[in-house]
Order: sequence, then C-alpha cells, then structure tokens
Amino acid sequence: MSSQTKTTLNWIGTFIVMLIITMPGIWVILSGFRPLQEILAKPAIWIPQRLTLDNFRAIFGIGETQIAIPVVAYFRNSIIIATTSTLVAIVVGISGGYAFARYRFRFKNTLFLGLMLSRTVPGIALSLPLFILWARLGWIDTQFGLILVYVALNVPFTIWLIDGFFRQIPKELAEAAEVDGCTRWQAFWRIEFPLAKSGIASAGIFAFLTSWNEYALASNLTRSTNSKTLPVGLTDFIAQFTTDWAGMCAMAFIIIVPALVLTFIVQKHLIAGLTFGGVKG
Amino acid sequence: MSVLTNIKRKMFSEQATPYVLLLPAIIMILIVVLFPLLFSLYTSFTPYKLTRPDTLWKFVGLRNYERIFTDWDFWVAFGRTVLFLAIVINLEFLFGLGIALLINRITWGQRTLRTIMMFPMMFSPILVGFQFKFIFNDNIGLMNNALQSLGITDQAIPWLVDGTLAMGAIAFAEIWMSTSIFAILLLAGLFAMPKDPLEAAQVDGCNAWQTFRHITLPYLMPFAYIAMTIRSLDVARAYDVVDTMTGGGPAGRTELLWTLIARTGYDSASMGKANAMAYVSILLSIAFTYFFYTKLVAARRYMGGAQ
Repeated sequence: MSSQTKTTLNWIGTFIVMLIITMPGIWVILSGFRPLQEILAKPAIWIPQRLTLDNFRAIFGIGETQIAIPVVAYFRNSIIIATTSTLVAIVVGISGGYAFARYRFRFKNTLFLGLMLSRTVPGIALSLPLFILWARLGWIDTQFGLILVYVALNVPFTIWLIDGFFRQIPKELAEAAEVDGCTRWQAFWRIEFPLAKSGIASAGIFAFLTSWNEYALASNLTRSTNSKTLPVGLTDFIAQFTTDWAGMCAMAFIIIVPALVLTFIVQKHLIAGLTFGGVKG
Repeated sequence: MSVLTNIKRKMFSEQATPYVLLLPAIIMILIVVLFPLLFSLYTSFTPYKLTRPDTLWKFVGLRNYERIFTDWDFWVAFGRTVLFLAIVINLEFLFGLGIALLINRITWGQRTLRTIMMFPMMFSPILVGFQFKFIFNDNIGLMNNALQSLGITDQAIPWLVDGTLAMGAIAFAEIWMSTSIFAILLLAGLFAMPKDPLEAAQVDGCNAWQTFRHITLPYLMPFAYIAMTIRSLDVARAYDVVDTMTGGGPAGRTELLWTLIARTGYDSASMGKANAMAYVSILLSIAFTYFFYTKLVAARRYMGGAQ
C-alpha cells in the first residue's frame, strides 16, 4: 500500500470517527430547533424544512403553547446550586490543596487516600443514607441540602487539582517573600495565589460542571420547584403521558450550552489535568 | 498569657497549620460521606422500611446480606454489571487506541480534532442517556429512520424494547460517552513517546506490528491504566444512562446493580436491604479502582525498569 492511500484511508477513518462522535449531539441540538411535527414525520424528514424557537418559548412559558414543566425554576435552582457549591468547594479546596502541597504532616498519605476514596462511592449508594438523614434534618428538597452534598462531592477533586497547581510553583518564591518580611499569609496571597489563579479557575469549572450535571443524588434528594435541577427536570418529560421530544431537545440544549462553553475554556487544563499523572510518572 | 492567645498560637504553629487548613474539607466529608456511610452500614443490619419508621431500631444482624446473597435477581444484576463494565471498558480502550493512532498520523488540524474528540465529555450522563433514548427510539429515532431511509429494513427495530438490543444500545451510549478519555490519554502518550527506541527497532529489523507490540504498546500502557483508573471512579455513572434509557426494563433485562439499589430503596421502600446492596456496590467500585491502580503502579515500575 502506497503512503498516499494510507493517508487517504487514515483521513476517511478519522472522518467516520468524528462523525460518530458529533452526530448524536448535533442531532439532539438540531431537533430542539425543529417543530415537533417534523421530528415525528414518517418517512423521516432529513433536511430541516423550518427552524423555530417555539420549543424554547414553550418551555420558558412565553409562547402560546404552554407546557406544564417549570423549566425556569429548574434553571434558577441549577444556577444557584452549582454556583454556590462551586465557590465553597473552591475555598475549601484551596485551603486543603495548599496544605497537601506545602506541608509535611502525620497521616498525610492516609488523609489524601481517604479523600480520594470518598470519591469512589457511587452516587446512588450515597443517596440512600442521605435521603434518610436529610429527611430527618428537614433538608430534603432544599437548595441548602443539595449544595452541601455537592461541596463534599467536589472537594476531593478540587484539592487534588489545586495541590498539583501549587506544587508547580517553586517553594522558594514564597520563602523569599517571607525573608523580605511578608507573613506567611501575605506570601500566599500576593505570590502563590496569583500564580495558581488560572489553575484554580479551571478546578472551579470542573466543580461547576459536576454540580451542573449531577443526577443520581439530585433525583432522589429533590422533589419540587424548590430545589429540582435541570437534569432532574429533563426526566419530568419522560414521566408525561406523551413524550414531548421537541421540548426535551430544547431543554437538553439549555443544559449543554454552559457545559460546552466552560469545557471549551478549560480544555487545555482538562488535557493537562488528565495527562498530568502520566507524564510526571 | 491568656488562654485564647495560647490556643491561637497553637493553631498557627507550624505543626497545626496543615490540619487547620484541612479541617473544612474533613468536616464536609464527615458530614456528607463518612457519617452517612456509617449510618447506612448500620441500616443494612436492620429491616428498615421507609413506610414503617420504627423498624430502624430493630437489629437483625446479617439477615439482609443473607437475603441478597440468596436472591437470584441480585446475582443476575451483579453479574450483568461486572460483565457490562468489563466489556465496555475494554472496548473503550480498543477504540480509544484506534482513534489515538489515527489522529497521531495526521499532521494537519490535530488540535481541532482533539477538541472535537472532547465533545462527549461535555455531555452529562443524563444527557447521553436522553440523547440515545431519542436516537434509538423505535418510532422516530435517528437509527431506525436511517436504516429505513437506506432501505436496509422497513421494520421498526425495537432497540430499547428488546432486552438484548437494549443492553447493546446502553453499551453503545457508555462507549460513546467515555472513549474520549482513553483517546486523549493515549494520544498524549503517543506525543510524549521518545523517538529513539522506534528508530532503533527499525534499524534492528522489526516490522510495524512488532514495533507496535513491543515498544509502542508497553509505553502506552501506563496511560491506558490512568484512563482506566479515572474511568473506574465513575463507573456508577451508568446509573444515569440506564435510568433514562430503559429504567432497567424491559422486565429487568437491563437492570444493573445501581438501578436495582434505587428500585429496592425508593420504589419498594426497603432501605435496609437496599443499603446492604449499596455496600456491595461500594466494594465493587473500590475493587475496580484498586485493580486498575495497582496495574498502573506495576506498569510504571515496568517502564522505570526499561529506561
């Protein structure tokens, strides 16, 4: 086989792979902008005849066709819960990550392992005791209850990431600042924190995405518009008598957009974060 | 010196600082993970039913565990889960390797391709489940529409209604969702790979397959194990996918351990029994992670020895 044919085959293979990767998502997003009749049509209409924002108007309750699912409230809950839990997880993560990066102390490895192990607990397994306990504490179906859970869910990973970012900053920088008369806190706040800022921001984006996308715990710890998030709301459609595919696709689009934008911003860090352990050895 | 300043000094002394810094994290994990898990361990020794709160205080020893270990439905779900994970993770590795090798050969637009490759990682499991529920819908789904338009079949193939097909569709969704992790890590491995051993192998007369089998692949294995370790941390994400796509049906034919736990705990309200199952699922997750982690350590040691 000549190298010319090899290259061509390589490109064809790559093209097919990329098609499989992108097609399903594009199809869902596209369907969010199509009228329901066109989605349901038999035989299938492949080239969209008409694109419309009606599905979005319907789920946000501003069109003539109203639907019974309070997407606006779910959207608000998702934003509040994901943002708050991210901010708290980041503060807790900076504090913990700094401790792991800069100090030697007893039980360091045990603590680190313990934190990471807490991440292996399947969401659904954790949801059972949380459901019972939160019900007793009156935290079921509250934003607070879910925020607390998401902070704990995100803390191990943010600590792990932020620990890595602080390690990359030479210790000598802060030590030099201390010699020059800074307190330890000043040295951290003026020297080390600014250097780790972009890494911390990406850790924050990961935390936000985890909270934004979480389903197993949210679906069991929330009940109403008080605290239901978008992923849980999406399954409201399934429970209905007839599935409103167009509405669901529109809602899927709303869930995916922030995730798409944020992942795009951190993709460099995402790849670096993923491969960090591999290259460093 | 007052007691307060004494405590303050202790808190900010060099030895105590790391513990103080870690305190918020430890408290959070205690409240949300550790204490609930101890509570659920206790609950698994009671016949606790949500509908009868007083049963929480009745201790029955290992009866829940005895019951689930003699329960055929549990073993079927357990076996299906392990088999499903084994197949799915291996296929993800193979496809990821294939994709990494494809993209590695391409000299133009690599970055863009890598960005496209991350597309599935932006989708939450719940969205992946919904997306494939839509695509595999027997009536209006992309899959059947395409097959019918191409004239391959005029039937509506019941992708999510037939047990075997539904399991295949779920596996497809899982693989679609997670192959990128493998592809990205293996591609990073290919980028980082030193060129000298490859050239030396060529000089020594290795053919392409031998070079790949004995040089490239061993070099890539640590990267593959990192991907598997990362992946094994979130195997339970399959719950979201299955819950949206089939809900464990038809007639329990796609029931995985996690959906069975949810059904036992929330639908049948048998929290005691569900918590016993949950402990089995936790051990399974830890076993998977531990297994790949030791593989990772071993692969790294092997690499270290080779260098």
